[in-house]
Amino acid sequence: MDLMTLQRFFGKLGLYVLVALISLFCLFPFYFAFVTSLRSGTELFSTTLWPQSASLKNYVSLFTIAEQPFGRHILNSLGVSAMVVVASLFLGVTAAYALGRITFKGKGLLLLTVLAVSMFPQVAVLSGMFELMQAIGFYNHWWGLTLPYMVFTLPFTVWVLTTFVRDLPKELEEAAIMDGCTPWGIITKVFLPVMWPALVTTGLLAFIAAWNEFMFALTFVLDNSDRTVPVSISLISGADKYEIPWGKIMAASVLVTLPLIALVLVFQRKIVGGLTSGAVKG
Amino acid sequence: MRNPTSELTRERTRSAWVFLAPTLFVLLMVAGWPLGRTIFFSFTDASLETIGESTYKMVGLANYFGDYGVFNFGTAEGFWKTDWGMAIGNTFKFAIVSVVLETILGVVFALVLNAEFKGRGFVRAAVLVPWAIPTIVSAKMWAWIMHDQFGVMNALLRSAHIIDHNIAWTAEPAYALWAVVLVDVWKTTPFMALLTLAALQMLPRDCYEAAHVDGIHPVKVFFKVTLPLIWPALMVAVIFRLLDALRVFDIIYVMTSNSVSTISMSGFVRREIVDNNYVGYGSAASTVLFLIIGACTLIYLKVSRVDLGGKK
Repeated sequence: MDLMTLQRFFGKLGLYVLVALISLFCLFPFYFAFVTSLRSGTELFSTTLWPQSASLKNYVSLFTIAEQPFGRHILNSLGVSAMVVVASLFLGVTAAYALGRITFKGKGLLLLTVLAVSMFPQVAVLSGMFELMQAIGFYNHWWGLTLPYMVFTLPFTVWVLTTFVRDLPKELEEAAIMDGCTPWGIITKVFLPVMWPALVTTGLLAFIAAWNEFMFALTFVLDNSDRTVPVSISLISGADKYEIPWGKIMAASVLVTLPLIALVLVFQRKIVGGLTSGAVKG
Repeated sequence: MRNPTSELTRERTRSAWVFLAPTLFVLLMVAGWPLGRTIFFSFTDASLETIGESTYKMVGLANYFGDYGVFNFGTAEGFWKTDWGMAIGNTFKFAIVSVVLETILGVVFALVLNAEFKGRGFVRAAVLVPWAIPTIVSAKMWAWIMHDQFGVMNALLRSAHIIDHNIAWTAEPAYALWAVVLVDVWKTTPFMALLTLAALQMLPRDCYEAAHVDGIHPVKVFFKVTLPLIWPALMVAVIFRLLDALRVFDIIYVMTSNSVSTISMSGFVRREIVDNNYVGYGSAASTVLFLIIGACTLIYLKVSRVDLGGKK
């Protein structure tokens, strides 16, 4: 009996050691980025893991240097991400109702197309998109990025919402049809009120995807004032071309990570649910 | 002789297409059309300036084969030493090694997260954080950790006497690709862990109780019971990640500035189209990449047997 308790004790201990290692593995880079962001001058080059003195100089310089308007870039990113979320949810809800509730010829093929687009490599549309953006005047504007971002947000929004709508009980709309409700009325009055959980999940995932996007933002926007956050961080440079301001880069990294950590903490269950429903792109 | 049910069905079918129209239009505009144009450009000598003015001319398959094509087998050093050959090799090396590591680590993470312990909610949220942050941020954070002169990684490895001089992890061709793999593993293991965890939580409890009563060793239970049961879900996740890894761009672009020793297929395409202004040549490379990923997607659809009819 004593052997059993001893075994269980070591089993528990091993489990907690693993848990600690996993947490360390996931969080250490953030911790170190935070510590670095508080350092300035020669302190930057010390490799101690503990903060020595705390200075907010790096954070202040992010917002005070006119050549690199980081505040402006955050607003651009927020703007384009919000527009992408609204557009994908609106299109996604209407498409999901048609694909999830109505049987018609060619539906399987349509769903297959949607799924295939979600697997698209972004560069496969790069030169064609470049031409299109220039032709319709979307090139070199932060809001113009909304269009190319639909390539990766729309397919998975449609996919996840369709799965959700399909699993809702039949009785829900039958009564509405009997009452002579129009299809648009069914969507807005019957489905929208029960779809909130799925909308929050897909909206969040679309927001994160648009907020993090790099290649299109790097290629389709040239003006400094219209850049988004990921491109801005990749281009942060110091007064001297050969000196990379690591403290400032880490401060910017911490700033864009904090809102995402907050979202993850609050919506953890919803995000995981969205990721697992139909193995959606991360 | 009007049948009210079929009347209703017809009207519903009509409204289905009305509701689908905006989405189909947008998908056509952002995916179908640009893809078609990119494939078209791959047969031309277009550059970024001539795209708008349509002054490019057709060159047939010259961007694909021959001395100026992506598949140039005539060079002295051989196809795999050309930049495109290197890009294909790098991408597959990166994709296979990182997906294998992520899967193994992901399963381990999932098994731990599936156990009962204090603070489980916190750790599950912590695991999501690397997945949620921009790839650019993770690439920059790790580039700083792996910095050749001031990075903590070199300092820690030196104080543990594992290495005796600082190593430029992201600049030396021998290490650069593996440095990138490390960052990708860090960033996407959580994704694998959470998908595996979801599969683990659906497993029936009774076979574990039976195994426990019979006194079978937990490791054996894992390989004989757990792994076969989660295998289908795991394979879907693996192929999903593999498709994602084959498109890699951001990490490599930021960490190693697209050097030839680590450049990916996506990186090569962007370099040719945007930096070198060879739109036709770059488009040919992107068409090849599209075909490779298309083939992998077909395999994915076959393996996962996605439910398209909604019949369940």
